[in-house]
Amino acid sequence: MTDAADLRRRTADLLAAHPPTRRPRPPLAEGPAGPHLWSGTDRLDFLGARFDAGLAWVHFPEGLGGLDAPRSLQAVVDAELAAAGAPDNDPGRIGIGLGMAAPTILRYGTEEQKKRFLRPLWTGEEVWCQLFSEPGAGSDLAALATRAVRDEDGDWIVDGQKVWTSSAHLARWAILVARTDPAVPKHRGLTYFVCDMTDPGVEVRPLRQITGEAEFNEVFLTGVRIPDAHRLGDVGDGWQVARTTLMNERVAIGGVRTPREGGMIGVAAAAWRDRPELRTHDLHQRLLTLWVEAEVARLTGERLRQQLSMGQPGPEGSGMKLAFARLAQQISGWDVEFRGEDGLTYDDWTLRRPDGVDFIGREAGYRYLRAKGNSIEGGTSEVLLNIVAERVLGLPPEPRTDKDVAWKDLPR
Amino acid sequence: MSPTTPAATPDLLYSEEEEALRAAVRALLADRADPATVLAAVESGRPHDPDLWRALTAGIGAAGLLVPEKLGGQGAGPREAAVVLEELGRAVAPAPYLTSAVLAVTALLGCDTGRPEVAGPLAALAEGRTVCALAVPLPTAPGGTGPATVRADAAGALTGRITSVADAAGAGLLLVPADGPDGPALYAVQAAADGVRSEPVTPLDLTRPLAHVVLDGAAGRPLARGEQARVAVERALRTGAGLLASEQLGLAEWCLTETVRYTRERTQFGRPIGSFQALKHRMAALWLDVASARAAARNAADALAGDTPDAPVAVALAQAYCAPVAVRAAEECIQLHGGIGMTWEHPAHLFLKRAKSDELALGTPGRHRAALAGLVDLAAP
Ligand SMILES: Cc1cc2nc3c(=O)[nH]c(=O)nc-3n(C[C@H](O)[C@H](O)[C@H](O)COP(=O)(O)OP(=O)(O)OC[C@H]3O[C@@H](n4cnc5c(N)ncnc54)[C@H](O)[C@@H]3O)c2cc1C
Repeated sequence: MTDAADLRRRTADLLAAHPPTRRPRPPLAEGPAGPHLWSGTDRLDFLGARFDAGLAWVHFPEGLGGLDAPRSLQAVVDAELAAAGAPDNDPGRIGIGLGMAAPTILRYGTEEQKKRFLRPLWTGEEVWCQLFSEPGAGSDLAALATRAVRDEDGDWIVDGQKVWTSSAHLARWAILVARTDPAVPKHRGLTYFVCDMTDPGVEVRPLRQITGEAEFNEVFLTGVRIPDAHRLGDVGDGWQVARTTLMNERVAIGGVRTPREGGMIGVAAAAWRDRPELRTHDLHQRLLTLWVEAEVARLTGERLRQQLSMGQPGPEGSGMKLAFARLAQQISGWDVEFRGEDGLTYDDWTLRRPDGVDFIGREAGYRYLRAKGNSIEGGTSEVLLNIVAERVLGLPPEPRTDKDVAWKDLPR
Repeated sequence: MSPTTPAATPDLLYSEEEEALRAAVRALLADRADPATVLAAVESGRPHDPDLWRALTAGIGAAGLLVPEKLGGQGAGPREAAVVLEELGRAVAPAPYLTSAVLAVTALLGCDTGRPEVAGPLAALAEGRTVCALAVPLPTAPGGTGPATVRADAAGALTGRITSVADAAGAGLLLVPADGPDGPALYAVQAAADGVRSEPVTPLDLTRPLAHVVLDGAAGRPLARGEQARVAVERALRTGAGLLASEQLGLAEWCLTETVRYTRERTQFGRPIGSFQALKHRMAALWLDVASARAAARNAADALAGDTPDAPVAVALAQAYCAPVAVRAAEECIQLHGGIGMTWEHPAHLFLKRAKSDELALGTPGRHRAALAGLVDLAAP
């Protein structure tokens, strides 16, 4: 059985065999940026070696980046590697791959698919995106209309339009849900695929958002050929597979430990300390209330993490995203107001296609606008409240009219 | 380290022993403090239910959790006492636990426990042989004790008035902060002694009696003087405020659970009212508040147990957060029960009254936020 001591030893072995490259200092910094700073293992090589050593996600199976160890022990490895200055795999940039594609592939993929996809996914060599939402199917994801039709060779031909696809402009692969049988009720006629974003017929168009940049995209799929070997799960079982993906989207939170004032509240508190001339009593009262809520949310996340490491996952996980969204919106709104005249300006409206979301590095106005997406992306707050009410509290479901009707007969 | 950084990661879970203690207290309360019994008890005019108190103290040993074993207690700590308070809050039980087993015991532990006049009452309290009240107004916040309203002469005769003391009426012993001939001191006064009068007031919270205590030359025995007396009272208030969050958590939890149960069963417009989204969203939001209150309350209990430098922040945070959650939970409970929630025989009002007066007890949320401002370097304008 792999325990913490064993993992520490394995981590030390990895570091000894592949000393990570230190980042060169910026040119203007004091002291010589000697060549020794460049020696050691290249970043991607290091990440690959870490995967091969089973230290990528320790709870995954051996040979697939893990050691079949308890999930909680990942923290041991991460702490040792961070202390040694090892490079990370840029989880902010490859979040969809890590948080959603990987656990789904692990659960539903064939051995071949796991071997092919997991390693480059983890090292970040291959970025993933999620082709779920459509213009007519957001919260009601199972209503989606993108069609996948089987041809004589057994391959699938996909036609449809996806929307709000984050990172599609960077992605090599996508997880995709498509309709393979319109004659059955909507949840039963779906199938789950891995789509090659470089294939002919895949067109990605930037979709500009309220921040001015294009973090997400429209994706048009026209006669895209997906081999049957890139199907995840059974034909018609796509909803089941998608639920795994969506569930993992929320569990991902438990692992991260943040210090007090580690998130957006830290930026607001720092602003308060730095700009005494802008302080008012009303803003002070509201800042303290937000500080309390942010710190309690942090502790609630910490409690969830402790529960997970004791192997008793609590339902708090489903609520964390709700709390995070509400807080991010309130704090960022406070922040713009606090800055007075500066709050009237914006750093940059240029249409860019960024690698990720920068909540700390950019200005208050950007944070305010971007935080509006926190209660929409990955399931709206309203939908999450439904989930908490029905699955955690056991309240009765909404009456439904769409459950037993064939998808093709539903009003659209 | 910046003043805002806690030194260690708190343990926010419950241990097996804590869960066993919870099970014992919960079973006892189910037996002796179901809502109908509580309602009958508060109408009886007795300050608390002595049978319940005996079972809780002598039977389970709950009153001695904060008292070290060598002084006759259980030698447990704030984490365990917090679990008892959660259960008492869940039952709005009329038991002087917060006042006697937490506030008074902590104040006594801050005195010289080698002296018999301190050790004696501690042992009696731990065994549940007596009930003791710290004679400060219930709304007093940690750090908020003003000048004492009682004066002591050189012979230890006490004169003055302390308003709104919780559980004073049922107490055998009073711990009275007073201005003595050599400055502040803490005195022990027998409630039955000459010159001691308690004037009961009609409390908003029927389950926690209040009285003004009037001392007219009453005989007091000094327990601590000067800085030691001040620190003992301050520590008691801080511990009380921190653990009150657990009572608030338990209370909020009952309100949510009961509301969910009721709205699943009650039918209007041809469906259970709990299936209406306007209601289920409110309950889901409340669930998140309660889950968060649990983290805040556990954090305070753990910081008090470890006596960490972060304890003042943890306590202020827990009070600033948990008090409004308990009030909101009780208010939602009444509203979502409709007319029946407004009736005397439904227990919801007991929870609302406790929640609202708990919001004032040991410092309002606003006072605790103001304390935080100083503690975490967010100065007022
Ligand atoms: C920044 C950002 C990034 C995104 N990235 C991706 C991505 O990478 N891949 C991807 O597939 N999708 C992505 N999305 C899409 C996202 O998942 C959807 O926008 C979301 O699920 C909501 O769907 P919708 O936009 O169609 O809104 P709708 O479902 O039309 O909802 C509109 C409003 O109605 C409410 N509503 C809907 N149904 C109910 C109900 N049953 N009860 C109560 N209220 C309801 C909603 O809460 C919302 O307020 C992204 C979205 C954003 C904002």
